[in-house]
Amino acid sequence: MDILTEMFSYNFIIRAFIVGVLVSLCAALLGVTLVLKRYSMIGDGLSHVGFGALAVAAALNLAPLEVAVPVVVVAAFLLLRLSENSKINGDAAIAIISSTALAVGVVCVSISGVNTDLNSYLFGSILAISNADAIMCAVLAVAVISIFILFYNKIFAVTFDESFSKATGLKTGAYNTVISLLTALTIVIGMRIMGTLLISALIIFPALSSMRVCKKFKSVILCSGVLSVLCFFIGMCASYSLDTPTGASVVIVNACVFVIFWIIEAIRTRQKLKA
Amino acid sequence: MALIEIKNAYMGYEGKTVLSDINIKIDEGDYVCIVGENGSGKTTLMKCLLGLLPVQSGSVSFGCGLKQNEIGYLPQQTLLQKDFPASVSEVVLSGCLNKRHTLFYSKEQKETAAKNMELTGVYSLRKRCFRELSGGQKQRALLARALCATHKLLILDEPVTGLDPKAATEMYALIKKLNKSGITIIMVSHDITASVNNASKILHLSGKNYFYGTAHQYLHSDVGKKFMITDCPCDDCRHKSAEVL
Repeated sequence: MDILTEMFSYNFIIRAFIVGVLVSLCAALLGVTLVLKRYSMIGDGLSHVGFGALAVAAALNLAPLEVAVPVVVVAAFLLLRLSENSKINGDAAIAIISSTALAVGVVCVSISGVNTDLNSYLFGSILAISNADAIMCAVLAVAVISIFILFYNKIFAVTFDESFSKATGLKTGAYNTVISLLTALTIVIGMRIMGTLLISALIIFPALSSMRVCKKFKSVILCSGVLSVLCFFIGMCASYSLDTPTGASVVIVNACVFVIFWIIEAIRTRQKLKA
Repeated sequence: MALIEIKNAYMGYEGKTVLSDINIKIDEGDYVCIVGENGSGKTTLMKCLLGLLPVQSGSVSFGCGLKQNEIGYLPQQTLLQKDFPASVSEVVLSGCLNKRHTLFYSKEQKETAAKNMELTGVYSLRKRCFRELSGGQKQRALLARALCATHKLLILDEPVTGLDPKAATEMYALIKKLNKSGITIIMVSHDITASVNNASKILHLSGKNYFYGTAHQYLHSDVGKKFMITDCPCDDCRHKSAEVL
């Protein structure tokens, strides 16, 4: 308890905490759709593009978010198109784009000569969150959550069966575009805390963990939202009291939860086989 | 007026033309099977009917008050659905989305879903997880979803693929029952024997040509003979499988 009150007496921690919780929630909601549609790697690719954009912005002395947001949004559309197009191998395309972006970023950082930034971009830093970030994050969170509630049934239909949805008149292209746009924004904001290399865990872990135990789509969504926020909270407290990096701590908590849920699933299946 | 009329249609994808100059009328209450080898354009034709692919030239028009988004579609199951966490009722309800755009499902939509689940025999499974069902149960759940989207027309894409013989027979019986209740059926199939036994009309696609006629006419046609495994049911017919072989 003492640790909590001490922790939340710092302004920058409160800011990081609010942003982190909101980003975790958005990432978890979007993550369910992305994982089920086999687009998990898009999140990873986008975060590398985001890193490249941030590094270029830093080298040119521009505001980081104003450069990163449009670049990542464009990349999101591009990656989605590539994945839909069966002629080009989506996997390979993502790998090429993300490693190119990473390389550009590393070169830019080394030219501009600020090496401490490299570490904070790659692995995240709670000090990186400004007031503007916090406001943008709140707006994004409201957008993601309200879009999810408003279009919940349609998002389910498009995720479960795209061709059936399209045949019955749903605008599947528009839904995919909205989802990739929101993913891009979530990643750009989240990578400041979590870091380029770790942000995709926030998208993938909660969804995968809740898919182990939940049998309904609705419960998967709710469960991964709750898990994601909980894991972020525990990870952040742990990082404060043990003096470990925040992003990495959150990912480790998520990984532990995944293993626990996996074991629960294994025990359940075994019981079912016995019965 | 016919339920579906295809006039001088050219169909294909990515710039290639797979089907040329197709002229077909499908009437209300028909049970049409689309057969042909892999790559003969069965899927392309089906996608054009569903509006998933544009027609390259010519036209596909609907009559009898049928709208493009009111076709019940039973697609082949995708790999993605193998581990998809969703209850049967969530899946079936998603077929109602073309009706009215409300935030949540209305009572009416829930009743439609329940009725169609009863019809296909999956009502007792409605709370079960879709991925844990057997192949036949999955297909019947997806058929219930398709029925939620339509009153008039079902398009089925190889509905018995991967089913065991018992489940396949049940599936064919169910489709026949739906057809008798007045729903027009268009089915893409590899199973020519079952097609000839069940369907009222056969559309056989092969290369640039196609055959369209009743199942009986098909058995007597040159293309039909080649694939005929069963005997033609008419007494004085010379097209017995023994002679063909």
